[in-house]
Amino acid sequence: MSTAVAKPETQRGWRPRIDLSQGRNLLGLLFLLPAAVFLLVFLTYPLGLGVWLAFTDTRIGRPGVFIGLENYELLWEDSVFWLSVFNTLLYTTVASVLKFALGLWLALILNKHLPFKAFFRAIVLLPWVVPTVLSAIAFWWIYDAQFSIISWALIQMGLIDAPINFLGDTTNARASVIAANVWRGIPFVAISLLAGLQTIPPSLHEAATLDGATPWQRFRYITLPMLTPIIAVVMTFSVLFTFTDFQLIYVLTRGGPLNATHLMATLSFQRAIPGGQLGEGAAIAVAMIPFLLAAILFSYFGLQRRRWQQGGSD
Amino acid sequence: MTLANSRSEPITAAETGDEGGMGYLERLPRQIVTVYLPLFVFVFVLLFPFYWMAITAVKPNHQLTDYANFSPFWVVEPTLEHIKYLLFETSYPGWLWNTIVISVASTFVSLATSVFAAYAIERLRFTGAKYVGLAIFLAYLVPPSILFIPLALMVFKFGIYDTKLALIFTYPTFLVPFCTWLLMGYFRSIPYELEECALIDGASRWQILTKVLLPLSVPGLISAGIFAFTLSWNEFIYALTFIASSENKTVPVGVLTELVRSDVYEWGALMAGALIGSLPVVILYSFFVEHYVSSMTGAVKE
Repeated sequence: MSTAVAKPETQRGWRPRIDLSQGRNLLGLLFLLPAAVFLLVFLTYPLGLGVWLAFTDTRIGRPGVFIGLENYELLWEDSVFWLSVFNTLLYTTVASVLKFALGLWLALILNKHLPFKAFFRAIVLLPWVVPTVLSAIAFWWIYDAQFSIISWALIQMGLIDAPINFLGDTTNARASVIAANVWRGIPFVAISLLAGLQTIPPSLHEAATLDGATPWQRFRYITLPMLTPIIAVVMTFSVLFTFTDFQLIYVLTRGGPLNATHLMATLSFQRAIPGGQLGEGAAIAVAMIPFLLAAILFSYFGLQRRRWQQGGSD
Repeated sequence: MTLANSRSEPITAAETGDEGGMGYLERLPRQIVTVYLPLFVFVFVLLFPFYWMAITAVKPNHQLTDYANFSPFWVVEPTLEHIKYLLFETSYPGWLWNTIVISVASTFVSLATSVFAAYAIERLRFTGAKYVGLAIFLAYLVPPSILFIPLALMVFKFGIYDTKLALIFTYPTFLVPFCTWLLMGYFRSIPYELEECALIDGASRWQILTKVLLPLSVPGLISAGIFAFTLSWNEFIYALTFIASSENKTVPVGVLTELVRSDVYEWGALMAGALIGSLPVVILYSFFVEHYVSSMTGAVKE
């Protein structure tokens, strides 16, 4: 943002001492200053500092020296790190797909003409409003190895004989944390998509019905294309936040059993804060950036294509 | 898109004369299977953990794990023992107070800076405003789990480690981009003509902002404010990393690190802690559902 853009053809006679363009730029800079300073100091600088830290052997209480790519070389050989990458990808993919499918389904249901629609919409969003850590603690209790209410209910129904070891077994633990994440993510997807659904004019569906379209065809050729832009944005957000998830895992399993649920974020925390290896932790965090950029670019170009197809500008 | 932003609710079918759509074509038995049954399952699954949280919080200890003699879904003699323990024998009230102070302060700081930034980007349209807007959006996508390690170092160097200030300064890293983005969308929906009229009448930019734009953006400010408050209330990783002493912790961190002892899990107290910690945001949410939904969907729609 350059502040001094010369504008020679200032209108004469009307407040000649104020150059409108300059005033605008100067004022813009002034108004932007608090936010800009804040974000530069607490967001951009730490982002750079994080990348730098990843090239050092900094520990808690001891400034590090530049060691080049050593942290990354260590990680390359580290099977736990690769396991965490795999876990993160698995977690993100499965949870996002489930969140999208179930969220879209719920949005379609809520878009119907229902009694108490506003009420349902309000309570459905609750899991998203409540602090993740606190609802995760509730899930921790629900997933208790001995006194799980799910195990109890299934035993009462005669479906299983012994309580399920939800968080103690590797496969179960992965499924359990994904289920808890999906539980928390469905409302966001559903309510956002519902807002998108409400902008689709019902007349389109009526016209299609008159032309003999089946409900599936109406969904496939009207609802889905009209909803695509908002789906892309919602799912980008969902994927980004799932990929960098920390809280849920930290509460439920802390990465266990046998590191089966360690995500990159939790591994980075574990190595950096309790482990004291800030440099290595930062390297793991930096390793997440390429994945995040890929997700953002994917959705950005996906969106562009759609806009162009729909004859929109840009 | 901007239209939906300018009002708390998108255009309803009733307004377009399409009330009910083709709903009359659906017969009730069919609706029960395709709509009501799945809806019931969704609502049950989404709300059950809260019910379980609440019922555990008031269960006496001897009923808590005795599923054979007491139905787990109900409580025979509800007790306030867990809540009493929480409020009088732990640092819980202190954590609540910390969380309130930190959330209010960081929300206030973020809103104040965001209003100016959003106005500058959206209305002053200085050179390069478009790119600054994009940068703000990208800043929102930077996750805390990447920033917490370098921020921990900075917080330590600034000498604010283990104080409320550490969180009040770091929470705006995700609040400012969010609020700015939301307010930009809101300002866009306010007609330019109003501002032009004020300009012609000789109002300064400052007067336009405070006397024309801000009064019109109260719903947007409320949306951004309660959303920012909720985000800071729910924040975990910064609070976990930057706060060490028990009396400075926030509710989510305190409940998890202080109430959980390795030997025995006091589920009653834990659930009571989770329940009381959730109540403020839930109450706030129930008063401002529409604002809440509009800020959530507004951020997505742009």
